[in-house]
Amino acid sequence: MTLHLLNARLIDPADGYDGPGALRIEGSEIAEVIRGTSPSVSGIDCEGRVLAPGLVDVRVFVGEPGARHRESFRTAGEAAAAGGVTTFVAQPNTSPVLDDPALVEFALSRAREEARVNVHVMAALTKGLEGRELSEQQLLLDAGAVALTDGDHVVAEAKVLGTVMAYAKGLGALIAHATQEPSLSRGASATTGEMASRLGLPAAPAIAERMALERDLALVEATGCRYHAAQISTAGALPPLARARDAGLDVTAATSIHHLTLNEFDIAEYATFFKLTPPLRAEQDRLAMVEAIASGAIDIICSSHDPQDEEAKRLPFEEAAAGAVGLETFLPACLRLVHEGRLSLTTLFQRASHAPAQRLGLPGGRLAPGAPADLVLFDPDAPFVLNRESLRSMSKNTPFDRQRLQGRVMGTWVGGERVFGD
Amino acid sequence: MFAHRHLLGIAPLSPQDITEILDLSDSYVDLNRQGAKHSDVLNGRTQINLFFESSTRTMASFEIAGKRLGADVMNMNVLASSMNKGETLIDTAVTLNAMHPDLLVVRHQNSGAVDLLAQKVNCAVLNAGDGRHEHPTQALLDALTIRRHKGRLQRLTIAICGDIANSRVARSNMLCLGKMENRVRVIAPPTLLPSGVDRFGVEVFTDMEQGLEGCDVVMMLRIQNERLTGGAIPSTREYYHRYGLTREKLAIAKPDAIVMHPGPMNRGVEIDAEIADDVERSVIQEQVEMGVAVRMAVLDKLARNPEVADE
Repeated sequence: MTLHLLNARLIDPADGYDGPGALRIEGSEIAEVIRGTSPSVSGIDCEGRVLAPGLVDVRVFVGEPGARHRESFRTAGEAAAAGGVTTFVAQPNTSPVLDDPALVEFALSRAREEARVNVHVMAALTKGLEGRELSEQQLLLDAGAVALTDGDHVVAEAKVLGTVMAYAKGLGALIAHATQEPSLSRGASATTGEMASRLGLPAAPAIAERMALERDLALVEATGCRYHAAQISTAGALPPLARARDAGLDVTAATSIHHLTLNEFDIAEYATFFKLTPPLRAEQDRLAMVEAIASGAIDIICSSHDPQDEEAKRLPFEEAAAGAVGLETFLPACLRLVHEGRLSLTTLFQRASHAPAQRLGLPGGRLAPGAPADLVLFDPDAPFVLNRESLRSMSKNTPFDRQRLQGRVMGTWVGGERVFGD
Repeated sequence: MFAHRHLLGIAPLSPQDITEILDLSDSYVDLNRQGAKHSDVLNGRTQINLFFESSTRTMASFEIAGKRLGADVMNMNVLASSMNKGETLIDTAVTLNAMHPDLLVVRHQNSGAVDLLAQKVNCAVLNAGDGRHEHPTQALLDALTIRRHKGRLQRLTIAICGDIANSRVARSNMLCLGKMENRVRVIAPPTLLPSGVDRFGVEVFTDMEQGLEGCDVVMMLRIQNERLTGGAIPSTREYYHRYGLTREKLAIAKPDAIVMHPGPMNRGVEIDAEIADDVERSVIQEQVEMGVAVRMAVLDKLARNPEVADE
């Protein structure tokens, strides 16, 4: 079936094109990319709005199996479609943990059945995410996992992580790892500093991130494995990343939409929707993340979508669960940086669509003949005030509640099929 | 004019608010020293003391304060270990709220918990201590004690010595004394100082002798056992040696410097028994007396503002 998307502002992150154009879609793939004036054929008139490859979100926590009341594959898929996220990668910190090939297969088949967008899965690095024993890496990858991670758990022992990495090197597997030094971070709900001191909250210093990252990178150097720093948030992490790249190590890093747009002062009067892992940082760190995304020092933007139900957040700050949903606010949050002139649209889509797809070896993130027709059509300027009740996620824990945002998704296509918008 | 719906901390108070509360407290000190210690200000009002963290002395102080004002006072001790924590806080508050209390006095082990609770109820809420955040009535009674002894609450040099990092008393005092334009110093080992404390407008000392020089007021804080087992200080004897208040160290402060402590004291750890019991220098007993008066004043102020808009 042929579909034309006409009179669009095309964003092609592969070569930085930002200009008028159209797409011809045949079946599930892009058949032709037309730059310049659109042909006079019938099709969908995009009316000058932005048409780009759909976002590829590499860090999304879904509650299947075990916590579907927080988020199921179906609701995560609806949220993603509404947010212009055409591919997301689910994390293994479910209940039970995705550390068994049968569970990986289960998760993937559930996702395929229920979610309207492409879903992949990362499987566990260590059994039970306990940081003690290697998981069955080959079997997990064979079952369909695209990479290995312990989710938001950190492997505390260097020896274990080193063994995991050495083993992964043999398979060419990609290891994604959270980087916060565990003993410094234990029990922390904020970043050490004036704000945490005023609020009287247990806090972890920003250097806990650099310390864990430096340790991981030393092990990467020793083992030669492929590595992705899953959630960077501080300026201190940037020099070690730069040194690792200069040394030719196969290393990438991501930061989240929340660490790009919010800082520790946003916690204000103990607002638990701003309690995140890692915690929100000082403004200098936020600005360093923005700068790093603009320059490419950090390769990838993710949402770290982490649905938490009302009960888990309606507690004193120290007791409340950490995490925020992000699939539907991914694009408007990033557009803040575009509207502030810190980031171009093409760079945004490079970091949020092209680079993540490439890093994980996924199709998508490009506008080219033969590429899957995974697309987002949006108005980058349309203003709105977010009402969290309108989110399609099962959980509504967003720090952007009642905030003014810009950027409305008009349509999302996955494999040529329209999954959002009319 | 005091126009706050709740007393959740010192932070939202102006110097005028503080002065107003202290002035009213003075009149309650007089009332408390009479035979018939009774006022009708809170007649017919219901006051619930909701303590999630136990404290005999503070609860007793609030109970006496409420009763002397004519309120119907009920004490509730909700120990965190006996119930699911989350269920206890908001569910308990909402349940109590349905019983139309006029005043809720709340103490909780988590910072910000009392702020959270205040959002869920219709009555006035008074923070009796939340985690490491604030303990406003303690700071106010300390301020009253200082004012009565020194004849003023401005341009004094006040040292707060002890576990500043984990003390809500220290935080509220830094705010209160700072707002009233005094020179506040904190004295502690680095492991007991909160990050960014220099930006609270205080001078920071890790050497007690340097910190005590020229002080009008020496305020000692209690060292809790968790600090030892948590590894922040190596032993009580080392702490006593470096940061304990002895006669010799007190001599470094001004000759008429007063010694304060919120209690309960660890004699021989942060303070020598001899100093604590020296009626010439120590005003510790008086702080307790001022505490009841200050709490009466605050309950009085809050009860008179039932229609004030939310902060």
